[in-house]
Amino acid sequence: MTEPLVRVENLTKHFPIRKGMLIERVVGAVQAVDSISFTIERGETLGMVGESGCGKTTAGRTLLGLYPATSGRTIIDGHSVHEARGSELMQVRRKAQMIFQDPYASLNPRWTVNSIVSEPLRVHKLLPNQKARNERVKELLELVGLNARHINRFPHEFSGGQRQRIGIARALASEPLFIVCDEPISALDVSIQAQVVNLLEKLQDQLGLTYLFVAHDLSMVRHICDRVAVMYLGIMVELAERDELYENPLHPYTKALLSAVPVPDPRKERERKRVILTGDVPSPINPPSGCRFHPRCPIAVERCKVDVPEWRELKPGHHVACHLAEN
Amino acid sequence: MSVSDQPVNMIAEIEAPSLSLSDLTWRRFKRHKMAIAGLVVLFLLIIYSFGGAFFVTEKYANFTDTKERLQAPNAKHPFGTDTIGRDLLARTIYGGQISIIIGITAAFVEVMIGIVIGAVAGYFGGKIDAVLMRFTEAMLNLPQLLLLIVMAKFFSSDIKNIELFGREFSGSVVVIIFIIGLTSWPYLARIVRAEFLSIKEREFILAARATGTPTWEIIFKHILPNSIAPIVVSATLGVAGAISLEAYVSFLGLGVRAPTATWGNMLENAYRYIESAYWMWFFPGMFIVLIVLSINFLGDGLRDALDPRSRTV
Repeated sequence: MTEPLVRVENLTKHFPIRKGMLIERVVGAVQAVDSISFTIERGETLGMVGESGCGKTTAGRTLLGLYPATSGRTIIDGHSVHEARGSELMQVRRKAQMIFQDPYASLNPRWTVNSIVSEPLRVHKLLPNQKARNERVKELLELVGLNARHINRFPHEFSGGQRQRIGIARALASEPLFIVCDEPISALDVSIQAQVVNLLEKLQDQLGLTYLFVAHDLSMVRHICDRVAVMYLGIMVELAERDELYENPLHPYTKALLSAVPVPDPRKERERKRVILTGDVPSPINPPSGCRFHPRCPIAVERCKVDVPEWRELKPGHHVACHLAEN
Repeated sequence: MSVSDQPVNMIAEIEAPSLSLSDLTWRRFKRHKMAIAGLVVLFLLIIYSFGGAFFVTEKYANFTDTKERLQAPNAKHPFGTDTIGRDLLARTIYGGQISIIIGITAAFVEVMIGIVIGAVAGYFGGKIDAVLMRFTEAMLNLPQLLLLIVMAKFFSSDIKNIELFGREFSGSVVVIIFIIGLTSWPYLARIVRAEFLSIKEREFILAARATGTPTWEIIFKHILPNSIAPIVVSATLGVAGAISLEAYVSFLGLGVRAPTATWGNMLENAYRYIESAYWMWFFPGMFIVLIVLSINFLGDGLRDALDPRSRTV
């Protein structure tokens, strides 16, 4: 088997909480991401789901090295992201890109579309001159379904969906292998969401891209992803092939998440059994002992409060972190 | 695929020509009547000081004729003459040039220092920020006038005249520019820092970092253009501030030395003649009031026009 494009090993990100003005001391840490591991094969789309605040976005940003990792590492196409410096870091930046959640915040309001999309070309010196860059920007705009004549417009002249396309064009400019899509559709209108998802799929086919698709919309993730990872409070609780995960979820949290997806058939909807979680997500500053999910878990036993569940491969390709997954 | 992946951008083809950011800014600025008035007055004052130089020479402005001292405004000397018989009209023209140049260059020095200190503190944060901001606050706590007077006294011991564009200036002009610039930057530094703190957290900065854009480019091409509004406003007000500070210091006799005229140092001896020779303080004083007021109104207008949160169009 060939080496996967992306390998994440025990990646951890804690944000220290500091107190004091001049003499700072660390009084605790928000454990946003705690020791997650996974791989992404070339050409694959890995979905990452979980509720708000579970660390999905932080995981995506940390694995690209936009935040320094507390521990662990990411290897993208043979480069260790957090150790890369200088020209190797530029290689990583060229090969791995990101699409952001908020199309209103992710484009510099004072730059034209041309400057925004050509920035990666300029920074990585991919094309010799301004003229070649302009041509390439026009190509990219056409590729993402925008009118190449709008090259000199400013972001505020576009709609949310169009802006997201500009963001996608920028991400594609450096011809990356891997793109982290950080909830690229959750800020968009439902009708526009489908357009953008279809565009992402089309681009994947055309350019052979690999995606890490962070989202909280389970149906959309099922539509676009090959494998799906579920996060809860900074840890990964389950990872499996898409259909396997949706049909045979092993972790009680995954079961609860899946049962929250509405079924578009009122009769079935009335009959099906829902797993309703009680309580709120605990604070990541002081996560529960043992299994982080135990205070809300419908099937938790004494052991769950003490032992941290191991990350196990229960079936081929189906990983889960739960003591009771066998039952 | 049931949903087309082509967006409906046909609609975009028929929309009205779009307004750029500068169009919108100009629209908002135009509604500010006092700002427009300020702009006009400022423009006239600039024409007066720089255009007037085509009609009178600097030699004439510095020409002393004690026979004609302390003359009231008359046909030969429309603004009258001063204690040693220099023509006040000519002196307000050349003094205006120096005052305006001092105002602009001192504000430029202020803006440069303020941007660098504010940008570094705001972007890098942490210890660098703490050190720079404590220094800035220390500067703010010293009364600026006291600092100005001390520095003016300190640097005024040995000043040579300098030649530029075939004209001779008192070296004290340069000294004044620097001491005003070096004492006015703390406010601006704090404004720039605050802007940087908020803008650096926006997603497009993260996008630039994900692209691999070098730090200096993020600071100067991404963040700075987005914090330009408050910088332009305080730079404008800084020009007015520098002109009045120069007048203040010159009035105390610590500013620009004769024979180089400024609106400020023309007032230096005028206070002895407040009743007997009103023209000596009236004309330079009027010009100072006019320019400071017009620049302040202009700054107010710019603040409203450049602030994207203010009412649109």
